[in-house]
Amino acid sequence: MKSGTLTSRSLKSRRRFLGTAAAAMAGAMAALTGCGKNEVEAFLQHNFRELSKDELRQVIARLEADARRKYGREIRIGLEPAQQGVIFGYALDLSRCIGCRRCAKACVKENNPSRDPQIEWIRVLQLNKEEGVDVSHADPYYNPEEVPQEGHFYMPVQCHQCRNAPCTKVCPVGATWQEPDGMVVVDYNWCIGCRYCMAACPYGARRFNWGEPAIPAAELNPVTHYLGNRPRPKGVVEKCTFCIQRVRKGLYPACVEICPTGSRKFGNLADPKSEIRYILENKRVFVFKEELNTKPKFFYFYGV
Amino acid sequence: MTMPAVRGAGASLEPHMSNPSPRPLTRLGLGLACGWLLAGLAGLRAQDIQVPPPPFTEGLFPCTSCHDGVNQKVNRQRRELTGMHGDIILKHGPESRWCLDCHDPLNRDRLHLASGEQIEFTVSYELCGQCHGEKLRDWRAGVHGKRTGSWSGQKQYLLCVNCHNPHVPHFQALKPAAAPTRPEAIRKGGAL
Amino acid sequence: MTMAMLRSFLRFAKDSLGHICLGNRYYYAWIGFLLLLIAAGSAAYLGQLRDGLIVTHMRDQVSWGFYIGNFTFLVGVAAAAIMLVIPAYIYDWEPIREITILGEVLAISALVMCLCFVMVDIGRPDRFWHITPLVGRLNFPTSLLAWDVIVLNIYLLLNWFVVTYLLYCSYTRRHYVKAIVLPLVLFSIPMAVSIHSVTAFLFNGLSARPFWNSAILAPRFLASAFCSGPAILLVLLQILRKVTSLKIKDEAIFKVAELMAYTMGFTLFLTLAEVFKEFYSNTEHLVYTKYLWFGLQGHHTLVPYAWGSVACGLAAFLLLLMPRTRTSWVGLNVGCVLIYASVYIEKGMGLIIPGLTPDPLGEIYVYTPSATEILVAAGIFGIGFLVFTLMLKVAVPIMLGELTVSPGAPAQHS
Repeated sequence: MKSGTLTSRSLKSRRRFLGTAAAAMAGAMAALTGCGKNEVEAFLQHNFRELSKDELRQVIARLEADARRKYGREIRIGLEPAQQGVIFGYALDLSRCIGCRRCAKACVKENNPSRDPQIEWIRVLQLNKEEGVDVSHADPYYNPEEVPQEGHFYMPVQCHQCRNAPCTKVCPVGATWQEPDGMVVVDYNWCIGCRYCMAACPYGARRFNWGEPAIPAAELNPVTHYLGNRPRPKGVVEKCTFCIQRVRKGLYPACVEICPTGSRKFGNLADPKSEIRYILENKRVFVFKEELNTKPKFFYFYGV
Repeated sequence: MTMPAVRGAGASLEPHMSNPSPRPLTRLGLGLACGWLLAGLAGLRAQDIQVPPPPFTEGLFPCTSCHDGVNQKVNRQRRELTGMHGDIILKHGPESRWCLDCHDPLNRDRLHLASGEQIEFTVSYELCGQCHGEKLRDWRAGVHGKRTGSWSGQKQYLLCVNCHNPHVPHFQALKPAAAPTRPEAIRKGGAL
Repeated sequence: MTMAMLRSFLRFAKDSLGHICLGNRYYYAWIGFLLLLIAAGSAAYLGQLRDGLIVTHMRDQVSWGFYIGNFTFLVGVAAAAIMLVIPAYIYDWEPIREITILGEVLAISALVMCLCFVMVDIGRPDRFWHITPLVGRLNFPTSLLAWDVIVLNIYLLLNWFVVTYLLYCSYTRRHYVKAIVLPLVLFSIPMAVSIHSVTAFLFNGLSARPFWNSAILAPRFLASAFCSGPAILLVLLQILRKVTSLKIKDEAIFKVAELMAYTMGFTLFLTLAEVFKEFYSNTEHLVYTKYLWFGLQGHHTLVPYAWGSVACGLAAFLLLLMPRTRTSWVGLNVGCVLIYASVYIEKGMGLIIPGLTPDPLGEIYVYTPSATEILVAAGIFGIGFLVFTLMLKVAVPIMLGELTVSPGAPAQHS
């Protein structure tokens, strides 16, 4: 699945023609239906990868205005592109994770998922040391007084940003693709909500907005990215993007920063001096469901 | 793995050339310079990694305010402490371990390594690393323990003791955050 | 098209519309009932549009359910038209030749229902245009759903064109041009195979779902489709014989029933093969099959359906295999109902749910359709039956020569 924003010349000219036609139709529709120009523009918006810089600016302005109306707060929707020579990798130390779920909650604070219906991008599984990594004995709803519990270990799961992603293959409209820096992203304004990608994901990493997302305005994180944590509409798929709004500015993802045991490690796979490369070269690393050949960029290791 | 920057005493590596004739002084200066250079290269002793200050218990440091060697005599006898510091529980390794294995008997404001050499509390990781060498190596690489900052730039480390109480180093259990809502409970108009 | 042809076609359309509005009280009652179903379904769907798919019982753990189950079953029904086309056009068997058009009408109705089920299942029906080639962005050839969109629409257009053309020719009392019809009808055979193979592949290709990721899935789909579609058709043909003066030979019906017996037998064999592989190899992937046939961790919701489906299928197979029961009207109709029930359960509860339960992280969420889903599905079945009824209301008189350009004169059948 090709990523990037380049289109062929014929596609560009077809886009321009259709764009003019669409603009004319938009005006007519707005006049006829009494819908605002905003709604018509939203309806006709094309796939993110096919939008020109001007169109992108208009889309951002419209979405920021929508958020202002809905939450009464100013948000900034960034478009930071992928940096050259960067491929993000993630490693999680299973010998250190204690299952405290601070990562899942920090992710919620950072990434503006719906609180009601509840969406959490990170799911922490409680597993038995006896059976090892065997999800038929996994429990994500553990709630003891304290963790870790005797005889158990903990395995958080989130989007693995697979290099051979089964989800991007199956999307019928090309609403999800892999960016050059390795992140698998979703264009929330192009997704039709068919949920084929959810059926395709072997890690259960994708979430769907079954109802209208509800976020208390005070809890909204105003620093967002178009392909990441901007507030999503109803009826579209979303998932972890390794905090694209943070990492493209050089910061760590929220889950990495909050982990109290330092189980989460993140870095640039293309940098031989990064901690992620150190882990891959020196630690016992394994890939979850490796036989499916998804080639993920999320690794589990045993630091001890 | 990048070499951490040497942040030692600010000693110059150039021999002092203002005095034209004293060769012993030049040799001393050179010797000092080499010592610091080696120390810097080995990454030892000088505080070479940006860490927060050691988390001392309130009101106890500096220890030499009581342990001045005059009013308090050094008692190297392994024993169970009663009275002062009797509240400290020590659960660190074998039963034979006790306070003066790490705390320097002659200068309580310092810790000491197996060789007897004293080190500051600010580089206590050197002491931990004597036994936990793999952990120290991983910690320097940023792989053991929490490290924040920027994946492409400056990073902030923590001292071992910021997470592990050196007297009871086992990582304490935490109360887990709330479990996710079960799918059966996700209904229109609010979860149960 | 010349002006004369256009005028003639418009006349045909007008006459057809006129014919749709005329009927006896049973006809009006039936249409009224269907419209009621559609109204109920629409009301439920409006609620879904307003509140989102949260009004269904699908959740992240089981993200496809009743709607997609029905869609899958109905694609099979649409594909089954070739069970008539092959004997009629490949083997040139006259008794079935006359009624092939009815199979194609069934295919059209089933396809309309398929499209409706897809529309109600997606989270953003307002963005449906994204899936159109050129105007939107169709991820062809990588996405199997993109293939499905293309082949389903081609098959729909194909059937619609053939039916309209044949009826129009009958209406104008002209022989149809064989050179137009025959290639299209023959093309519909691989197209029918393709719609159900592509639908099977879209489940089959998902490595994340071991229950579906079995090579046997596409053959299973086809085998079960070829017995379930004709089952509906046979019942409908008998009804048509009663309420209209359409002549349908008994041997046509019995021949189709015989073919259904063989395809049901093959379906049962493929089911056995699937079950053997899972239980004998006894890998971790057994959980899905086990959940279906025996339940897991105290959840037994699907078990009665799984065994019920096989029992119905086996009984139907025996009834339709033995000539004595096949040629008795009771045996035949019971067999048809049993086959329909067996395949309907198998495609819905026996395919979609166990494929998604347990979920990739081992969680079992017990999915049952919500009231909204059932009402919307009922409404869509109402639409399908309405399309079928209205098309037949025009087609049967045309086939009988009662509805032509100049009424009263004898017609020439195709």
